[in-house]
Amino acid sequence: MNASTPGPAGAARARPRPENRPPSGGWRIVAAKELADHLGSIRFVVLFVVLGLAGASAVYSVSQQITSVAAGVSTGQSLFPLLFTLSASDIAAATQQTANTPLPSFVTLISLLAPLLGIAFGFDAVNRERADRTLPRLLAQPIYRDDVINGKFAAGLAAIGIALGAVLVVIAAWGVIQLGVVPTAEDVARLVVWYVVAIVYIGFWLALATLCSVVMRRAASSALVAISAWLVFSLFGSLLISTVVGLLAPLSASPTNSEVIANGHLQDALTRISPDGIFQIATQAILDPHVTAGILTIDQRVAVVQQGAPGSILSLDQSLLVVGPQVLAIVALTVVCFALAYIAFMRQEVRA
Amino acid sequence: MVLQPSPRVEGGRDVAIEPVIEARNLTKRYGARVAVDDLSFEVRPGEVFGLLGPNGAGKTTTVLMLLGLTEPTSGEARVVGVDPMRDPLEVKRHVGYMPDTVGFYDGLSARENLAYTARLNRVPRSIATARITDLLTQVGLVDVAEQKVDTFSRGMRQRLGVADALLKDPSVLILDEPTASLDPEGVVDLLALIERIAQERRIAVLLSSHLLDQVQAICHRVGIFYKGRLIAEGSVRDLATEASRTEDVVEVGAQAHDGRPAGVEVITATLRGAPGVASVAPDPDAPDRVLVTGAPGIAGELSSALAAAGLRPIHLRTREERLDAIYARLVHAAAEAPVRPPRPKRSTTRSGPGARGTTPGRPGPRRARPGRAGRPRPDNHDDDPGDTAAGEPG
Repeated sequence: MNASTPGPAGAARARPRPENRPPSGGWRIVAAKELADHLGSIRFVVLFVVLGLAGASAVYSVSQQITSVAAGVSTGQSLFPLLFTLSASDIAAATQQTANTPLPSFVTLISLLAPLLGIAFGFDAVNRERADRTLPRLLAQPIYRDDVINGKFAAGLAAIGIALGAVLVVIAAWGVIQLGVVPTAEDVARLVVWYVVAIVYIGFWLALATLCSVVMRRAASSALVAISAWLVFSLFGSLLISTVVGLLAPLSASPTNSEVIANGHLQDALTRISPDGIFQIATQAILDPHVTAGILTIDQRVAVVQQGAPGSILSLDQSLLVVGPQVLAIVALTVVCFALAYIAFMRQEVRA
Repeated sequence: MVLQPSPRVEGGRDVAIEPVIEARNLTKRYGARVAVDDLSFEVRPGEVFGLLGPNGAGKTTTVLMLLGLTEPTSGEARVVGVDPMRDPLEVKRHVGYMPDTVGFYDGLSARENLAYTARLNRVPRSIATARITDLLTQVGLVDVAEQKVDTFSRGMRQRLGVADALLKDPSVLILDEPTASLDPEGVVDLLALIERIAQERRIAVLLSSHLLDQVQAICHRVGIFYKGRLIAEGSVRDLATEASRTEDVVEVGAQAHDGRPAGVEVITATLRGAPGVASVAPDPDAPDRVLVTGAPGIAGELSSALAAAGLRPIHLRTREERLDAIYARLVHAAAEAPVRPPRPKRSTTRSGPGARGTTPGRPGPRRARPGRAGRPRPDNHDDDPGDTAAGEPG
């Protein structure tokens, strides 16, 4: 549009200009550069190794246990997802053995560590450009201002996707070898759906860290705030929730039904606030076709009881239906958080 | 293509060469603070315009407004004929910008940094590689092209910044404080580079600086900027002529007849009452001397005054009128304008008559002349840019 109507000065100079393409897609250029930076960075390597080691050890200990109790598993259900959702101590408890490792399950470990991925690729996205004084130079190039933050967010998501995807594929393959069981198509589909949801969830942390990097001038304070949020939600979240629930809806020594329901409702309501809680629920429901009582909300449990006997196996689409609200909540959280970062960045003065 | 800018057609907008930068009554307020106050100026192709002023005068804000990176509170700008607020991308496509204390991605090499800029400007890769090598050669960095930028000195970074700004083959080059925190040799190198580029490429260069005597050598015209206002505009020679007619600054050192240096207090007391003397102050650069400001040609008077008091002048030098002296005086005048009468009006005065009376402290009648904003100058000086541009070697 405007490229074809150069100003009077441009006309007077009449130089051939190679820049005839429309100015769209600036975010892709930014994203390509940022992704290259991420993939070559030390933080990527470190996170990749940490994630891989944690996942590998969890899956290894579980696979040892699973093979010892495989005979006890009923036919008609796949062992493969259990590799990711069960922890060694779960199986040990179920079979009255003593657990040899206190490791949590693969998905629990990943959902604990995943926010770190998001924070690592987002906490210095904008304030580093400020600190290095590259932001004015970058914004003086013919790209839209939102190309910068969009490109950075896209690059962060891509880096996370690559790290998580690689870890997942390698460990799944290794688990298959350990277990000697080939996953069914549905198993793979469940894993892929979980992978996508996990990326959106990590996207929430990426967006939060990006928001911190826009608002805070120094990368160190931005990282501290983002990590504090992670600690609160991931580590102390369940602790806080059970404390509050115990205070507001206490269970007596021999609890009545109404007490149990009130307690459960409050617990659900509070868990829904925590992104970590939502993701845990979504994870369990997506990966585990067994609808076990411990992982669903009261409402969903009631629905399951009404529709079929507990312990039945859900197909993937039914699992998704059950967990739809949680997935939507994760998407909404991510979108809102990114929107805040976007608006903050667009309204900011170029000079600090 | 017009090679020699011809003088403007008086009184009309149909000039031979349109200005590539036009600021009209630009104003920027941050809350109650006025960063840029009713600023108007023009820069033509092939012209090097220096925006000079102390830190905090609003130079960077002005530059950001010209690039569309900051929205003016009022007034408007035209860069390469485009309003930067309406179509910032078109402006950024034609304007090479080097921010003050330019930064690069330290983990990337010089060539990689420039390659990123080339991609952002959609310069095709086939052209970009050759252009980057060419520019790095021009700024003398081709030998370190593959080195990471974090090993670069400040001067190298500034030169890389010039290459970066030229990568898009701009028709306007905006350099914000290009010589700040460079060593003297680096300053000379960089200014020579800028001057050469301006001559070879015949592009308009807007240069902001607080180091006046450094940049005066390469600026065809300067605007002196103080507290957001343009307090003077014109060629360095014009401003110098004007200022030197106003007053002289004389360094004075004297001995008593017994050969001992006369104290500063004695000299000050002796000269304070002498005819034509406006002020006497200790010379900050020499402990035994004073600086006398007074009417032009006052040095002779001072000599006789000293002799009459029984002192022997051992040092009597009229300071050469340099831009920093003019600048200091103009800034001083602007700061005191509400209580002190402004500089005497002459034919060379940049500001038209009449406005001062109505708005004390505001030396430009810019608002009073719609359609001629930014040229608050008597018509007989409107051919300055043409003169200076024509004086360049092509």
